[in-house]
Order: sequence, then C-alpha cells, then structure tokens
Amino acid sequence: MARMNIYAIYSLWLREMIRFFRLKSRVFGSLAPPFFFLAFLGYGFRSAAMSEIPQEVNYISFLAPGIIGMTLLFSSTFGGLSMLWDREFGFLREIMVAPVSRISIVIGRTAGGVTTAVMQGLIILIPGIAMGLKISGLGGFLLSLVFMVLIATTFNSLGLAFASRMKDMSGFSLIMNFMVFPLFLLSGALFPISNLPVWLRSLSYIDPLTYGVDGLRGSLVGVSTFPLAFDLAVLAICCAGALGLGAYLFEISDVE
Amino acid sequence: MEGAAIATSGLTMRFDDFTAVEGVDLQIEKGELFGLLGPNGAGKSTIIKMLTTMLRPTAGGAVVWGYDIARERDAVRNSIGVVFQDPSVDSQLTGRENLDFHGRMYGMDKKTRKARVHEVLELVDLTEKAEVLMEDYSGGMQRRLEIARGLMHHPHVLFLDEPTLGLDAQTRRYIWQYIQKMNQEEGVTVVLTTHYMEEADHLCERVAIIDQGKIVALDTPENLKDLIGADIITLEVDDGVTDEQVHAFSKFDGVEAVDRSGSTINLSVDHGESRIPEIVLGASKAGVKIRSVSMHEPTLEDVFLKFTGKKIRESESSGAGMMAAFQSRMRTRRH
Ligand SMILES: Nc1ncnc2c1ncn2[C@@H]1O[C@H](COP(=O)(O)OP(=O)(O)OP(=O)(O)O)[C@@H](O)[C@H]1O
Ligand SMILES: [Mg+2]
Repeated sequence: MARMNIYAIYSLWLREMIRFFRLKSRVFGSLAPPFFFLAFLGYGFRSAAMSEIPQEVNYISFLAPGIIGMTLLFSSTFGGLSMLWDREFGFLREIMVAPVSRISIVIGRTAGGVTTAVMQGLIILIPGIAMGLKISGLGGFLLSLVFMVLIATTFNSLGLAFASRMKDMSGFSLIMNFMVFPLFLLSGALFPISNLPVWLRSLSYIDPLTYGVDGLRGSLVGVSTFPLAFDLAVLAICCAGALGLGAYLFEISDVE
Repeated sequence: MEGAAIATSGLTMRFDDFTAVEGVDLQIEKGELFGLLGPNGAGKSTIIKMLTTMLRPTAGGAVVWGYDIARERDAVRNSIGVVFQDPSVDSQLTGRENLDFHGRMYGMDKKTRKARVHEVLELVDLTEKAEVLMEDYSGGMQRRLEIARGLMHHPHVLFLDEPTLGLDAQTRRYIWQYIQKMNQEEGVTVVLTTHYMEEADHLCERVAIIDQGKIVALDTPENLKDLIGADIITLEVDDGVTDEQVHAFSKFDGVEAVDRSGSTINLSVDHGESRIPEIVLGASKAGVKIRSVSMHEPTLEDVFLKFTGKKIRESESSGAGMMAAFQSRMRTRRH
C-alpha cells in the first residue's frame, strides 16, 4: 500500500514552490515579525549585559539563531496547517482522488513546506549577518542547515497532525496563539533559558525548538548550552516522532 | 474488457441515523452518457463520492471499470476522472499549472503531459487563458478547466457532479457541447448529475431519476416521457376547489390522469390543444373558477412528478438537503 509515487511527490513539492515565489507579499508579510524582532531586540539590547551569554559573543550573534528558529517554527507550522485551506477550498479532493498513496502526499507536502521554511530561515540570516552575526565557518553553516531542516520537518508535521484532526479552520488561531507562541518563547530564542525560574525551565526542556535553537547557535556561532550531538539526537527523535504522528493522523483522516 | 462500466448493487450510505442513499442498483454501459437527475439532497453527490472512492459505502458495493470501489481503490482512481460539485482548483496557480499538477499526480511524463494539456485546453476552448491565474477565471471558465482536467489522464469513466450548476444559459450550452464532444470523440463513459430537467433530457442517453436516496425511474428520456404519454394541461384554480370537483375532470374525454397539488391541477390529455375548450367549459359548469390555463408536452419534470408526487422545485425548497447544499456552496465561495 505504502507505494511511493515520485511524480506525485514532485508535483506536490513543486506546487509549494510555485506558490512561495508567487505569493511574495505573503512571504514578506510572514518575514516581517522575525525581522522586527531581530532588528529591535538586536539593537535595543546590544549593550545590555546578560551574565549567561559568554563574553566573546555579542547579543546579536546570540539572538539571530533564535530568530531563525522562530522563523522556521512559524512558517513550517503554518505550512502544515495549510492543509486546512486545501480542505476549505476543495483542492484536497483533487489530491485525494488521485491514485497516489497518502504517504506520498505527506512526503510531497512536507518536502515543499520544509523547503520554503528553510528558505525563509536563510533570508533572515542575511539581516542577521548585516547586523553583526559572525558565522563560525562553512562547516558550521552546513550543520545549521541540517538543524533547519529538522526543525522545519518537526513543526510542519505537527501542523499536519493538527490539521488532520480538525474539521474546519476555527482551531487555527488557537494553535498559533496557545501552542506556537509559547513554544517560541520557551525555546530560549530571545534569552538564555537559564534565566527562567525552574518550573518554566522544565517546560523549555520538553520544547523541541529549545534543542533546535541551541543547535543553530552551536553550529552557526559556536556557543551552545548542550553538546551539539545531544541537540542533534534529541531533535532527530522529535522529528521522527512528529513525522510519524503527522503521517499516521493524515492516513486515517477522512476526506469528507 | 467485458462487462459494464459501472455496476452497483444495494449501494447504501448512512450518516448516523440518516440514510442519504439507499439500495441503489445501477448498470452503466461503456461509452454511455448517463445522467442522475434529482432535487437538492436527493443523494446524487453521495453516490458520486462513493463511486469515486471518496466515501466508503455503509452497505452494498459497486464495481467501476471492473474494480471494486472498496477493495481496489487505486485501480478505480486510475480509471476515473472526476469533476466535483464544489470547486477543487488551486486558485493561486494558472490553468496550465493546475493541469500540469494533475498530470504529474497521475504519473504522466513531461512530453505526454505537454501534448495532453494542449489537447484538453483546445477541447474546452481555454488555450488563450492557459497562463491566467485560476482566481481570475470566471465561474464558467473554471468549470471548463475542471472538465479538461478530469480528462487529462485519459480516464475510462468521467464523473461530472452538477457540471453546469449556477452557470448562465449560454455557458451551459457550451459545456453541453464539450461533454458531448468528449463522449463521442474520446469515447469516455460519462456519468453526470444534475437537477436541471433540460440538461438531463438534452444530454443524456439514459437518465436515472433519484429522490430521497432511491432510484424511482430509469430509462431513456424519450421512454420516460412516453410514460406520461399525452400532453399536460395545467390549470390554476381558486383555492376553494374541492377534491370532488377536481375528480370530475377525469370524466372528460381524453383525460388520462388528474393530479392536484394545491391550486394547480395537471391533466394528462391526448391531443391537448383540441381539448382545452371543452375542459374550460366543463370546469365552469362544475363551478370551478379557472385563473389560467397552459399546456406543454411532457418533460422529465412531469415524470418526476408522476413518480414522487411532487415537483423537483418544491422538493428542493423543503428539507435539510437544501440548507446543506446552500451552506456548502457558501463555504466554498468564501475567499
Ligand atoms: N457528511 C454528511 N453527513 C451527514 N449528512 C450528509 C453528509 N453528506 C450529505 N449528507 C446528507 O445526505 C443527503 C444527500 O446529500 P447529497 O449531497 O448527496 O445530495 P445531492 O443530491 O448531491 O444534492 P445537491 O443537488 O444539493 O447537490 C442530504 O440530505 C445531505 O444533507
Ligand atoms: Mg450534489
């Protein structure tokens, strides 16, 4: 049953690409919040001393990987949830009535959502560098790409999982406000989580984005709370779990 | 391949305690242009959804192009093309991109796809609009593109759920032409649903009339209308008319059947034109006040009336089906 339809996977991926490059205003719109966070927090706290941030790292170098994580979180969750739009506007039927296995549909959609999310993460990297982010080297940059893909896949799959369980769009803002926003704030994207009280910090530890942001920081800037291998392992496990969950819930979801 | 294009047996769909489709037995031949005619909420879309593997029947089953709709879903999907009742295009893509997407989903390689996109666009006269975004298409153009898309992958059977719903008369006629053309030129078996009498009459070789989830009549439009036989004389009378007075009409010469709903009386009459004077005269003798008289040759509407005791339009304006259909349309129109 779990037959792979290469053409179909490519078709779904390509559709996301076309839409990404066509809906430029929407893309710019979704890049505005992370950009403002980066610019205002970056300049605003430039010279504020935070004891938990190592001396040799300026705040912008600390912040930028966090904001990239934020960009990936928001855009990939949104990408997964966009299944809701396809259902609302009927395009899901066009996808579902094709002789294509559901797992191929999940793979194609996810690949498209992940690609566009990573592109947005890379776009945010540019103002980060302009503002003073120092990238440790080519190896670090390539490793950060791995982290970006893992982060995007994790949250795209979670978005898909939610979308598969929802009948209409009413739950959308609920998820964005009560799941995605807390995940962002808890991840240590803006400040070291060691500044948080213990009970909040323990929530941070179960937030997959915490390891994603830490991994991005480690690979891009060379400073991280956990060993990079640990970040990578935890994130990979979260990613596999989310992917499995998303694929399963989509597999059993009704078309009608 | 031997056998019918579609054969259903006892096809049934129950939603909770509501039965939308009940024990439908159908046999549709290869190459046929077949119509399902019925009012809103009759269960037409539900039948299409089951035959296209979008819904699993709760009882009974069907074979489409030799494949079982429950057990061989991929094979069924490979054999069919579908145009759903509600729009199902990506409005951010152009016409060509929607067709290309479709072709890839069905595993068509680049060369085949390109040639076929060209062909189907020609068929529905949309070649000039190929590079236009779907959101800038008119309703009729969008429908034509969906029909073209349904044909892209050379399906054996094409399902069209209300292909002309909400379109103006001229666009409707064009779409009828395309449907006939592809049925004849491409040899595609076509199953369409409609609640327009003229559409079923004009287009379909055979028509199944559906009401409340059941097939109440099935034949060629001509044979169905022959069941009514004579002409129909419609009298609008005052409300106060009693059933006895109405009954009196059946005694007139040539009157084969009398049917009353409210202040409307339908008489089936041979050679209607020549009988009108007598009938009007007889009516006023019996004390029936006639407000208007009209006559027409039998239509499928009359057949529907004969089998269900109501008009298609009346049964539309009642019941949950209408509301559900209305709501679903509202939902898909919202952008
Ligand atoms: N998912 C569902 N859950 C519950 N009831 C449903 C569902 N889908 C359809 N129905 C009901 O089944 C009946 C038949 O619906 P269907 O859409 O098949 O009618 P239709 O003949 O296509 O009507 P229309 O001309 O309005 O498209 C309606 O009364 C409808 O309300
Ligand atoms: Mg319908």
